[in-house]
Amino acid sequence: MIVSRRWLEALLSRPLEGRDIADRLARQVAPVDAVVPIHQDLRDVLVARVLEVKQHPNADRLSLCQVDAGNGVVEVVCGAPNVAAGKTYPFAPVGATLPGGLKLERRKIRGVESNGMLCSAKELGLGVDQAGILELTTEAPPGTPFLEAIPVADEQVIIDVSANRPDLLCHKGVARELAVAYGATVKLPVIPGGQGGQHRTPRPPDRPTAAVDGVEVRLEDPEGAPRYMIAVVRGVKVGPSPAWLATRLQSVGQRSVNNIVDATNYILFEINQPMHAFDLAKLRGPAVVVRRAKPDEAIVTLDGVSRRLTAEMTAICDAERPQIVAGVMGSAESEVTESTTDIVLEAAYFQPTRVRRTGRALGISSESSYRFERGIDMLALPDAMARAIDLIVSIAGGAVREPPLDLWPEPQQPRSVFLRDARVSQLLGVAIPRKETERLLSAVGFVAAPKDDRLAVQVPGWRPDVTREVDLIEEVARLRGYDSFPDELRPYRPGTVPEAPSELTLRRIRERLIASGSGLLEARTLPLGPADSPDAIQVKNPLSAEEAFLRSRLLPGLVRRVEHNWAQGHRDIRLFEVGTVFRPSVRPSDRPTEELHLAVVLTGARHPPHWTGGSQSDSKLPDMDIWDLKRHFELAVGLTTPGGDVQPAASGSGWEALGGSAIRLEADAPRWAAPLFGLEVTIGVGPVPVVKYQPLHTQPPVLRDISLVLRGGVTAAAVETVLRRAGGSMLAQLEVLDEYRGSGLPEGTRGVTWRCTFRDPEGVRTLTDREIDALLSRMLKALEDELDVQRRQASA
Amino acid sequence: MPGRRQWQGGVHIVTQIVDEICDIFKELGFTRVVGPEAETERYNFYALNFPKDHPALDAQDSFYLGGDVVLRTHTSPVQIRTLEVYKPPIRIVVPGRCYRRDPFDASHSPVFEQIEGFAVDEGITFVDFKATLATFARRIFSPTTKVRFRPSYFPFTEPSAEMDVQCQICGGSGCAACKQTGWMEILGSGMVHPAVLDNCKVDSEKYTGFAWGMGPERIAMLRHGIPDIRLFFDSDVRFLEQFVGKQEPGAGSQDLESPTPRSRLLTSE
Repeated sequence: MIVSRRWLEALLSRPLEGRDIADRLARQVAPVDAVVPIHQDLRDVLVARVLEVKQHPNADRLSLCQVDAGNGVVEVVCGAPNVAAGKTYPFAPVGATLPGGLKLERRKIRGVESNGMLCSAKELGLGVDQAGILELTTEAPPGTPFLEAIPVADEQVIIDVSANRPDLLCHKGVARELAVAYGATVKLPVIPGGQGGQHRTPRPPDRPTAAVDGVEVRLEDPEGAPRYMIAVVRGVKVGPSPAWLATRLQSVGQRSVNNIVDATNYILFEINQPMHAFDLAKLRGPAVVVRRAKPDEAIVTLDGVSRRLTAEMTAICDAERPQIVAGVMGSAESEVTESTTDIVLEAAYFQPTRVRRTGRALGISSESSYRFERGIDMLALPDAMARAIDLIVSIAGGAVREPPLDLWPEPQQPRSVFLRDARVSQLLGVAIPRKETERLLSAVGFVAAPKDDRLAVQVPGWRPDVTREVDLIEEVARLRGYDSFPDELRPYRPGTVPEAPSELTLRRIRERLIASGSGLLEARTLPLGPADSPDAIQVKNPLSAEEAFLRSRLLPGLVRRVEHNWAQGHRDIRLFEVGTVFRPSVRPSDRPTEELHLAVVLTGARHPPHWTGGSQSDSKLPDMDIWDLKRHFELAVGLTTPGGDVQPAASGSGWEALGGSAIRLEADAPRWAAPLFGLEVTIGVGPVPVVKYQPLHTQPPVLRDISLVLRGGVTAAAVETVLRRAGGSMLAQLEVLDEYRGSGLPEGTRGVTWRCTFRDPEGVRTLTDREIDALLSRMLKALEDELDVQRRQASA
Repeated sequence: MPGRRQWQGGVHIVTQIVDEICDIFKELGFTRVVGPEAETERYNFYALNFPKDHPALDAQDSFYLGGDVVLRTHTSPVQIRTLEVYKPPIRIVVPGRCYRRDPFDASHSPVFEQIEGFAVDEGITFVDFKATLATFARRIFSPTTKVRFRPSYFPFTEPSAEMDVQCQICGGSGCAACKQTGWMEILGSGMVHPAVLDNCKVDSEKYTGFAWGMGPERIAMLRHGIPDIRLFFDSDVRFLEQFVGKQEPGAGSQDLESPTPRSRLLTSE
């Protein structure tokens, strides 16, 4: 919401300062996004008097003017027909910059040097040109800066108004809050030439149908329009607005249209009542019918767009067809134009959710609908109507022959809310005397009266947000000032909610990955992206096609991050991510299933270069390979599913485990990139088994190496399983020492050597060679029986 | 000659900040819990006292997954989920990802991290609320950091407030970063609205509470001078490496007597 500082000054009858307004509003009611000075681009312009006007020797339509700009007299070439000696005009001297960035230089015009420029309203960004250059009525002496002499300098205060405070969407509402801050009072300025709003207050008729000045009015949809007022003003002259009105609207960023439209806009920005004026001559009947629209009824709105209405929308119609989408936008047909002489003036309260749904369905948000959907002051309609008539008659002439009609089938009283002193201190932690509560509430328009042990508080019509006791307590707290409450820590009781195991699990996983020493960096990627699986969940209203699906895996997002890093010229990239992935639920209308995943991507050198490696180039450094991938996969499985088993993948490349896999990835890689590897596992959350102490060994272990010949298809993991089972508790450790393929071995086989470490499980006894030999031969027998694996014969 | 080096790994700066914030609140008695990222409208809006068809919903422009399922626009649904399971006293912090239909720019991201805080018990007042959050601000920034609370609006809190801290760039004198106000907005908060308690069948006459939501990314940007929120998601290794191994106690935590002040190790006396 943009408010003008000068407009507020007029309402509060006192000078204000933009930054100070901002600070006070922020502390008391709503934050201010910015304070923007307007017309600052006129700071170079001066007030100047023309002393003498002569014909330009070389051009009929130009004149030569002797101009007093305060600092001596200069000669200026002027093309305006209205320039006259003795008059005062805005003057841009040589060196001045005008709105739009034009910098004035001394230059010859048709052979005569011109030392500056006398300016028109348009050139100053102050409106449309009337007769030529802008004639000033000011007592300020020549040389006075234009902005000091003419009251156009202003500041726009841009307020971030929350959805619950529609009363702040007008100058009066903002002034009401500032009046508390400054100890001032709010008074609507007298309209120049107006009657001071002395129009008879109409009395609501008890029938929903009535007539005003020959126009039949029927309120058939009181649900959509609980209160509807209408007046007829005959004999207006549509034309430009007076300067004061155009300036007011301009100061809040509104374009001046004509005096009638400007008058309704002025009322909107002054007191928050959206008004609508339409051309009586265009109304069939003449009648105004407030009803639900018929399905598919059409209207061409002011913006020239043809729109289809539905029965869920309220329309203001003539005897035949809709003329206004209630509270949203009027029609092009009944728009006020130059030829309009009689107008129908509407002030209404439209039902907020109806207006909101209508606006959304039609894709229109207007200044009016914005206010109606937040709720305007239903009780203030007659005042708004009176002021609007006063303004229109004073600037456009015409007359109201009959008092406005006020259709209000179910009149409402101001709402009352009770406030208990004890509840105030229960919530705020500070006892606030009732007198102070009353004073604070009445300062912003509440009427408080004691009733039993409570305060009965009458809520003003402009505060639809205040419906219950706690709303009043907030008023008390903010008007007293949040800063006035102490911030001392007081005792508290500990909560009953235990820490989430998943958070502890994720924290442990992150720490262990970092501690692995391979330089993994945590990434946080967007959970939105292109579809990463056939059943990826689609977002119904995505921002873009690239971000239209929820991820069901982390790896695709991480690979995109690798590609981003490659594009920056990085070759060594090691990223991991832990995060949520989404899968469809059984019933599509349910929330999707969420799982936690861990993924790792690896590419580039295993270690940073070091001088001990010689002056080798980076390409000689060992790159990470499939075994680095397996190391990280085993680490990941160990962290996410302790006890999980890593196996070669059934597909023949990479590995897999329950809930995860690890493979070499294809990606859009530059030529110089190293191979890219990735793994992804599902994170299991649950209690970790308690670690049981193992006795420390006092006896040395016995080591035996065995070399075996494995046929294709026999995995090392399978061999280890058999060896461990047969070796029993005495086989403490089993480790692969070596793999060999080639000469001396049958085609399609490989030799693998394991080191077996044997120990007494009780840790007290030294094992004998005989014991070990017997055990080892049982292990080899088991291998031969189950896997047909034999010991490799010493090469012949 | 230089020693051997290793690649250095580390957790993301946002994770670091989240952990740091949650750890501070842990000292104030808050346990850490989480909730789902896809929510129903009931949990995300209506149980939190959002009126139906109301402009208050505009600030929460949501991604829909179909039916009444949305990607949560804040971590506040976990308030409801917690009240449905646990009885007061409740003191929780809830970190998690949230989603809003804001196109990416330097200060907005359609996906962002939020930390919710929520306390409900008998006798909790506005004073406790201010004290808890002011204590937090002094711990994460510095013991002398000034804070201010000012009115705001959230359907699920009343009175509602935003907390500002003294601008961390100009120190409060006014600069471009704080729009000349000397203050920077850190979090939205307030006393738990009685309607939220009523919706969860908790007696709102007996119990009161407070709640807040803050953006760890924003706090990281303020504290580390990071100019663009998109940097958090780019995962450029040059960015990630800058914050490796930099976990330090918050500026507001102190030893009673520092064993060896770092300044003494770095200056020769």
